Amino acid sequence: MTPATGPAAARFEDNLFEFLLRQGDNALVLGHRTSEWCGVAPALEEDIALANTALDLIGQTQLWLGYAAEVEGQDRTANDLAFRRDAYDFRNLLMLEVPNEDFGRTLMRQFFFDAFQVPWLSALQTSSDQRVADIAAKSVKEALYHLERSAETVVALGDGTAESNARMQAALDYLWPYAGEAFVDDAVDQAMAEAAIAPPPSQMRADWGATVHATLANAYLTRPESEFAHKGGRTGARHTEHLGHMLANMQVLQRSYPDAVW
Amino acid sequence: MQATEQVTEAQVWSWLEEVPDPEIPVISVVDLGVIRGVEVNDAGVRITVTPTYSGCPAMAIISLDIETAMAAKGVENLEIETKIAPAWTTDWLSEKGRARLESYGIAPPQAAGGPEKCPHCGSKSVEKVSQFGSTPCKAQWRCLSCLEPFDYFKCI
Repeated sequence: MTPATGPAAARFEDNLFEFLLRQGDNALVLGHRTSEWCGVAPALEEDIALANTALDLIGQTQLWLGYAAEVEGQDRTANDLAFRRDAYDFRNLLMLEVPNEDFGRTLMRQFFFDAFQVPWLSALQTSSDQRVADIAAKSVKEALYHLERSAETVVALGDGTAESNARMQAALDYLWPYAGEAFVDDAVDQAMAEAAIAPPPSQMRADWGATVHATLANAYLTRPESEFAHKGGRTGARHTEHLGHMLANMQVLQRSYPDAVW
Repeated sequence: MQATEQVTEAQVWSWLEEVPDPEIPVISVVDLGVIRGVEVNDAGVRITVTPTYSGCPAMAIISLDIETAMAAKGVENLEIETKIAPAWTTDWLSEKGRARLESYGIAPPQAAGGPEKCPHCGSKSVEKVSQFGSTPCKAQWRCLSCLEPFDYFKCI
């Protein structure tokens, strides 16, 4: 593995691999968390919507991690990367690995992520790397559709009953300190920007902030003032304790029966 | 190999017209717009397929159904390539496919973002139930006139 933090890895391929893991792990971890709702969501329509959102994200994961595995050149596959790495090798945002808690927090997180993914994937469509551009063009259509639903649901619940408003405010207060991690550039981002693979994620902050601000206002929710941001997920420096528990569930079959196929 | 050498691209396309979408069997994989290319040369037949949604679970079945259909026609050297770019769009649904969807009870996609009318009674008084439905490509709507729920093919 490449170093988790510190200066950019010497080889361009190592940086590209890190970058692709970040994209794939975000989709994988949120996709898995979302799939935990399958069969237990508050209404059948929401159950189906969550399962379909998870399916889109897992599909995107296959594209990103499939390319990551090729770039790494160690004969690993997307499946190997998803099911045979441990928590410290994951490169997802911390926000995506924390437990679902309730439907409100799940949808607030989805909204935060979608509001980032739409400008991010839109920008990646002009990547100098054609594979990255192709995956982004495919994924952004799904992200736009997800954003429409997650933003609408945040407004519906925020502007709902006193109970739903309080639950959404609690979700917002909990998730807010995790939101900033997405916009902190590091050496990998710098290497990607220099190669015109991707813009620095910090450039997404204005777009994200505008979408979030408008939606929260419509939802009668108060944005916390703190700028503090938990960090360490996308660099792999420090994940929350929740990721290991999630992976224990997600990876149990491949860990118990390595190379099992059906 | 003899069989492969004799087939034409037009024949392969007509055979693909008979391969149904596994989730919406009234339309073919050609009507769905997921067949992006057919090439016949000395090496055999090469068919390029694109997924509707990146996680569409029907993709594996579609490839298997194409293989089975081509084998039945005597094609021996078949290669199926999956290609994600350009990204699939509902604009690629054929006119025939759209008509068949509607007669099957699935409202075809509209640029406006919702069904034009109820596929059962034709009423324009319809409302959205959910942005998602029984497959990744559909949403749930209902008719306020005949009160029947129906699927709407999402427009992307």
